[in-house]
Amino acid sequence: MEVPILKQGQYLIASIQSALTDADLSQLREALVERVGRFRSRGVIVDVTALDVMDSFAVRTLRDIAHMARLRGAETVIVGIQPEVAFAMVQLGLTLKGVATALDLEEGLAFLDKQAQGRIAGKRIQGSIDHGR
Amino acid sequence: MAIKSKAGQSPSPDLGTQSQDIALLLHELVAHLRQNRTQLREEWARRITRAQLLTAMTEEEIFAEATSVYDNYVEALATGTFEALQAYARNLSERIIPRGVETHEVVGIVLLLRDVLARSLFAKYHGDFDKLNRILDAYEPAANRIANTVAVGFVQERERIIRQQQEAIRELSTPVLQVRERLLILPIIGVIDPQRARQLTEQLLRAIRTNRAKVVVIDITGVAAMDSNVANHLVQTVEASRLLGATVIVTGLSPEIAQTLVTIGVDLSEMATVGDLQGGIEEAERLLGYKVLPLEELAPKA
Repeated sequence: MEVPILKQGQYLIASIQSALTDADLSQLREALVERVGRFRSRGVIVDVTALDVMDSFAVRTLRDIAHMARLRGAETVIVGIQPEVAFAMVQLGLTLKGVATALDLEEGLAFLDKQAQGRIAGKRIQGSIDHGR
Repeated sequence: MAIKSKAGQSPSPDLGTQSQDIALLLHELVAHLRQNRTQLREEWARRITRAQLLTAMTEEEIFAEATSVYDNYVEALATGTFEALQAYARNLSERIIPRGVETHEVVGIVLLLRDVLARSLFAKYHGDFDKLNRILDAYEPAANRIANTVAVGFVQERERIIRQQQEAIRELSTPVLQVRERLLILPIIGVIDPQRARQLTEQLLRAIRTNRAKVVVIDITGVAAMDSNVANHLVQTVEASRLLGATVIVTGLSPEIAQTLVTIGVDLSEMATVGDLQGGIEEAERLLGYKVLPLEELAPKA
């Protein structure tokens, strides 16, 4: 099932609605990386609220999306990881190192806004929500 | 049968002191109880069922338990020592308390046994009133002490279980508290075993979501010791919280724990640590953009 990608101002929002196959994930990665350039987006939000399982391929793909998008000039936030999923992930050692995370879509947007302000001010935002570094 | 044993084991009062006399009487008593073991035991089990005690147990279980209680009872009478009986009473209590056996039932069955045995003594010595009196004199204090021992053992065991449960409750209660909008604290007190650590994490992750927390301060001032398992779990908790978008600050690592962690080589470089809870909350406020000022400093502007 293809994941819808919505354009919202400077940001792209991919909202995963159901469990995805590996092919779907790869397709999502390609589509996002391509669209970041096409829409000159500054931020990407991947909403995984609907996922109750996260395997190593999914985690790697999300990490790849974040790194690739960064190379194309957009910051990525993964939002909506369920508590049970988070716990299972760390137990499996899948910790999404170097990728920003936020509680839900709202928080993700707030994070990207803050990042954008930081860029305008010419300095990096320091603080709790800067998980990217 | 009764006449024979009486004739064979009759004590000679003119020889011994009173305590020797009692010892001899008890000896005779024990011999009688051993001889009539089957019959008395059955009678006792019947009376237990009739009095509707131990309803939580089946008839076979009652009989099996009655047999061992009977044997221990006679043993205590024979040796005059109660350690073995005490140990047995504890063991018995351990087994029957979880099945819902009540204090009055345990006291009831021991008293019933005392009655059954007393009746058998009446039946045996009813021809010799003086002898009966002396036998009862020897029997009663010992029997009462046995009843006492068993009842106390049962109650002690109950209390031990209650204490244990209280401890478990205390250890399990790890409140996740909100101190400011989006700031949670989690004070951990006591021993962290893998099970508790897991529960802690689950509770924290759920609280992060429901309170929409951005920063969590985990205070481990009250944790006396930490091994690599617990440390790793702590790291996992921090990671899992980050996945939910919350930053974790760990505070109150004691010198001992710090030394242990460095010695066993746990990598805590990913973890934000602050000396004490106050420092942790201040740091959290800074991250959230709060600034706490005394009122005087605000006054001129107002």
